[in-house]
Parts: sequence; C-alpha cells; structure tokens
Amino acid sequence: MSDLHRRDLVIELLKDRPKDLLVVSGLGSSCWDLANAGDVAENFYVWGAMGGAAMIGYGLARAQPQRRVLVLTGDGDMLMGMGAFATIANNPVQNLAIVVLDNGRFGETGGQPTHTSGPADLAGIAKAAGIPTTATIAKQAEVEPLKELALKTPGPVVAVVKVVYEDLKFVLPANSGSYLKDRFRTAILGEDAA
Amino acid sequence: MTETALDWHAEVFATLQAEGITQVCHVPDAGHSRLIKMCEEDNAMSTVTCTTEQEGIYALAGAYLGGAKGVMLLQSSGVGNIINALAMPNTCRIPLLMVATMRGEWGEFNSWQVPMGQGTPGSLEAMGVRLIRVDNPEEVPMAVKAAARLAFDGEQMVAVLISQKVIGFKDFRELAK
Ligand SMILES: Cc1ncc(C[n+]2csc(CCOP(=O)(O)OP(=O)(O)O)c2C)c(N)n1
Ligand SMILES: [Mg+2]
Repeated sequence: MSDLHRRDLVIELLKDRPKDLLVVSGLGSSCWDLANAGDVAENFYVWGAMGGAAMIGYGLARAQPQRRVLVLTGDGDMLMGMGAFATIANNPVQNLAIVVLDNGRFGETGGQPTHTSGPADLAGIAKAAGIPTTATIAKQAEVEPLKELALKTPGPVVAVVKVVYEDLKFVLPANSGSYLKDRFRTAILGEDAA
Repeated sequence: MTETALDWHAEVFATLQAEGITQVCHVPDAGHSRLIKMCEEDNAMSTVTCTTEQEGIYALAGAYLGGAKGVMLLQSSGVGNIINALAMPNTCRIPLLMVATMRGEWGEFNSWQVPMGQGTPGSLEAMGVRLIRVDNPEEVPMAVKAAARLAFDGEQMVAVLISQKVIGFKDFRELAK
C-alpha cells in the first residue's frame, strides 16, 4: 500500500517548474491536481478524450522536440489507451515522460476498482511494449527520483505512481477547449498562432 | 488495382509537402501504401504507425498544440475507431486533416467492410467533420489541397473520402485461385 497523496505529489513535482516544461493532464482528477499546483498557460487540461492523454503529449513532444513534455494522467485513462505504449516505443522521443497517478480506481465515476486494483501492472505493460525507462513508485523516499524521471531522464519514460484513493476537492481550471488551446499555443508559439 | 497514367500518390505527397504537413499518422490501408512509403522515406515528414486510429487523432491534436500540421491516413473501417476522439478537435477547434480510403461501397466483396464503409459519411458528419468525396484519381491531389486549406485556414475537421472506384475492385477470391 502506498501513502502518497496525489495533490502533494503534483505540487512537489512542479515546485521549481522549469520554464520550458509543457504539461498535459488527463481527464478528471489529474486536471484538478495540475490546476491546484498552479495554473499556467503551458498547461493543457484534457477535460475529456479518455484514453488520449499519452498520445496528445506524444504528438506535442514530436512537434516541440526542444521542450520537455510531461503527461499526468490516471490509471483509467491510461488503461483505455495502452496501445500508446507500443506506438511511442516504436517511434520513441526523448522529451516525453508519462506519469500515471494510479489510485486503482475510476475516481471520477464513483471509485469503481480499475484493472490495476486487480492483476494489471501498467509499468510492466509499458516495459513489455518497449518503453525503455519504466518505474513503479509507492514511497515518499522515491519522490526525488520520480522528479528526475519526470523532468530530466531521456524519454520516453513511463512512471506509475501508486497513490491513495481519496475524495478530493475539485480545483477547476478553465473548461473551454478552444480557449485552452489558444492560450497554450500563444504561450509557446507567440501571438501569431491564435 | 486500377492502373492510371496519373501517379496520384506522388501528387498527393507533393501536395502535403506544399501545404506544410510535417506529421503523418496512419493505420495502414492498401490504398495508402505508396503514399505511406513516400512519407516514411522523407526526413522532413514524421511518420507514426498507430495501433488504433484514435491514437492518430490525439497525436495530431497534440502536434497542433505544438504548432505542427499533420494528416491522418486511414481506411473507412478506421473511422469507427475515432468517433469519440473527434470530440477533442471539435470542441477545441483544432484543425484536422484526414484522408480515408473507402471500402464497403463500390463493388465490395467483403461483407464485413460494408457496415462501417456505408456508415462512414454519416458518422463523420454527425461529429462535425466536413467531407470532400473523390471518385476519380485525377481529382485526389486537388481535393487534398482543398481539404488542407479548409482544415487549417478554416479551422475545421475535414476528411477526403477516396472512393473505391479510385482504388479499384478488391477480390481476394481471385488471388486465392
Ligand atoms: C470514453 C469514455 N468512457 C467513460 C467515461 C467516464 N469516465 C470519466 S472519468 C472516468 C474514470 C477515469 O479514471 P482515472 O483515469 O483513473 O482517473 P482518476 O481515478 O484519477 O479520477 C471514466 C470512466 C468517459 N469520460 N469517456
Ligand atoms: Mg484512477
């Protein structure tokens, strides 16, 4: 069992946020965690698109090879898009890390157990798909190495963090997709992008 | 395969280049195979083979967030795999260019292709995708150019649907003889 709390963990991960870091958060709780840690234009909150967060981050990483891209997402989202591990490993990029906040539950929909509460091991699946650097993290002492994995280690990286299942307050960022897209693009590409 | 004087694959490739497309995602279809090969051999094009078409829609949406233009190459059956993914480009007003080869319509021999092939235009339209249908090879390059403009300048999701008339009859029973 893990005693890691996702809100604190995400704050810790992004504490001295590098200026060039781009963060994509998967639907639901991961978005609220990211907004809670500090709402900046270089965050892209995916309010839906279940199963898509890893590939959105991957496409972004391909288009912005000079910048680090971090995907923060849930186990339910990642389970729905596991083919992404194979696709990303098959055509790898160095500037991508995927951190799965694995509470073993479909949190937003009532906390039903996911397959990671059963036998599924997401880091193992990522490794078997060919992702070169994978890790499962469940202890406070492993949070410093996790920061390294998320922000620095050459990718693609998949780090699965076992977190406590808990009912947390909603911290909602803007929800207009077209606003978030324009805000993000303008921040990294300049005014002409809008 | 229908042989035509026009090498429409090469012309479509040149059109993609001219329109500034640098990201190519696909799940292969025989009708796209030469175009895919050209994309893979070009260093300026970043070509990704997906395990399912919805990955491509998401990767291209991410690429657009990062300032790059892309194209999704798929078969009509793959349209069935992207319906919910289209919600993202739709609600974010992210341009999306797709080129789909049609099955299940014109002289189809494989009944399993018919439901999704026949359902492709209606499914795409229901999700807000603009359609440009092409029935002969000469029109394919111009259709792709028009679709790219409508997508990236008009901020739309656009699919070029290439008819089975362009690709030619397929009948594995002939090949099995
Ligand atoms: C395609 C699709 N199926 C189902 C849902 C309903 N849904 C919304 S959030 C969610 C669970 C997400 O679980 P996870 O990614 O683990 O998030 P967390 O536990 O961090 O909240 C589900 C099933 C959906 N939004 N989209
Ligand atoms: Mg979860």
